Amino acid sequence: MINIGVLALQGAVREHVLALEAHDVNIIIVKKVDQLDQLDGLVFPGGESTTMRRLINKYGFYQPLKDFAAKGKPIFGTCAGAILMAKELVGQVEPHIAVMDMKVERNAFGRQRESFEATLSVKGIGDDVQGVFIRAPIIQEVGEGVEVLAEFNGEIVAAKEGPFLACSYHPELTDDNRMHQYFVNMVRNCIVPA
Amino acid sequence: MERQTGTDRVKRGMAEMQKGGVIMDVVNAEQAKIAEEAGAVAVMALERVPSDIRAAGGVARMADPTIVEEVTNAVTIPVMAKCRIGHIVEARVLEAMGVDYIDESEVLTPADEVYHLNKRDYTVPFVCGARDLGEAGRRIGEGASMIRTKGEPGTGNIVEAVRHMRMMQSQIKKVIGMSSDELMTEAKNLGAPYELLLEIQRTGKLPVVNFAAGGVATPADAALMMQLGADGVFVGSGIFKSDNPEKFARSIVEATTHYEDYALIAELSKNLGTAMKGIEIATIEKKDRMQDRGW
Repeated sequence: MINIGVLALQGAVREHVLALEAHDVNIIIVKKVDQLDQLDGLVFPGGESTTMRRLINKYGFYQPLKDFAAKGKPIFGTCAGAILMAKELVGQVEPHIAVMDMKVERNAFGRQRESFEATLSVKGIGDDVQGVFIRAPIIQEVGEGVEVLAEFNGEIVAAKEGPFLACSYHPELTDDNRMHQYFVNMVRNCIVPA
Repeated sequence: MERQTGTDRVKRGMAEMQKGGVIMDVVNAEQAKIAEEAGAVAVMALERVPSDIRAAGGVARMADPTIVEEVTNAVTIPVMAKCRIGHIVEARVLEAMGVDYIDESEVLTPADEVYHLNKRDYTVPFVCGARDLGEAGRRIGEGASMIRTKGEPGTGNIVEAVRHMRMMQSQIKKVIGMSSDELMTEAKNLGAPYELLLEIQRTGKLPVVNFAAGGVATPADAALMMQLGADGVFVGSGIFKSDNPEKFARSIVEATTHYEDYALIAELSKNLGTAMKGIEIATIEKKDRMQDRGW
C-alpha cells in the first residue's frame, strides 16, 4: 500500500485524512521530519500559512521538504498549502517551500465575509466540483510547465505541474473526494525508488 | 459564476483552518505583530485584555474601532473582535469593519440578559463560550460556527477551562453511547437542540470546532487543553501579561502543536520568566464571575 502523509503542524488535518481514507492508502500524520522518508506523497493542508511556515522552520522541515519535492515526490496543497508551494508570492520577498512555478496572491478575494462557495469546472475531474473558498488565495500567473486545471471568473484556482497539485479552495471540506482520488492516482503513477 | 457567501460550510470551515493553532488577545499593532511573528493563527483585537477588564470593573464594551482597524492593518492573519452578548449593533459594526470572526463574549458586560444574537443573520462567523454541551448546543442552534470553553477569563487559572472541557467531552461521549429513544429526554435535560444531538450521535463529534479559552497561562496549560480534546487554544491575558511576551507566545504555539511531546514542553518551559499572576477562583465573588454571564 502507498503511504501518503498529511503535514500536521497546524490546520485542517483531520479533513484531509478523512478524504484520503476512501482511497485504500496508508495515511501518516506528519509531525516530525524523519517521517518524510516513508512517504510516497504528501498533503499540505489548509490553515494559516504564516503559522505553518514558522513551525516548518522551527522543526527543521524546510530543507527536507524541498528535498522531498526535488526527488519528484508528489505534493498536494490546498489554500495555505498552495501558498507554501508557490515560487512567488505577491507582496512578499521570500516564498516558502517554492516548488511550483506560479505566482500566488494571499487573501485575494478579501476578508472572511467575502469567503464563498461556487461550482467549478475542474479539468480531469468534472464540471460540478463544489469549491469552498475561505480567505482564499488565487494563482495570478503560472509558468510554461504548469497546467491550469480550474478557473473562477478568470482567476486560476487549481493547477498542476508534474508531481505537484495545488488548489485555492478546500476539497477536504466537502464530501466529494475526487480531488483526493486524482492526487492518489498521481502518487500511484509516480512511485519513486527510495 | 454564482458565489454564495456566509454558508455554514464557509463559516465553520474558517474555524476548521484554525485547528491546532493559538489565537492571541492583542490591544495594539505592536502586540499583533508579535503574535503573528510567534505563529498565532489569528488575533483577537481588544481595548483591554480580560485581566485588565476584571481589574477596571465597570461596563466593558466593544473595542474602539480605531484599535480594531490598527490591528487589522498590522497583520495578514485573521482578526477577531468581541461584541457584548446580544448587542446586535456592536456585531453589525464589527461585521461592517471586515472583522473575520466575532466573539459574542461573556468577557464584556452583556447587553441583553435574555437573548443571545441570532448569529445565522450574519455573513461573518461567530465564536461563543460554553460551559457544557447544553450551552454549546444552544449557541450552535443560534448559528455559532465555533465554540470555546468559557473557563474563567483573566484569571490565569486553568481549572475552570478544564472543568468545562471535561464536562463537554463527557456529555458528548454520553450522547454517542445513548440509544436513539433516549435522545429527546437528554435534549430536554441538557437544554440542547434535539437535531444537534442526533448529529453528534451520527458523526461522533460536535459539528463545529471547539477551542479552549479562559485561563491558559503557560505552554503546559495549552498542551493540557489539547490533550483534553480542544481543537486549539485562545490565550487572553496569558501572553502580554507575562514577563516575556515573545517567548511565551512562541512557546505556547509550539506546545499546542506538539502537545504530547513532554520533553519538548520541558524545553519550552525553561527560563520563560514569570507567567501572569493568577487568581484563585474561590476568591472571586459570585457576581464577578464572567462565566455565569449568558445562559
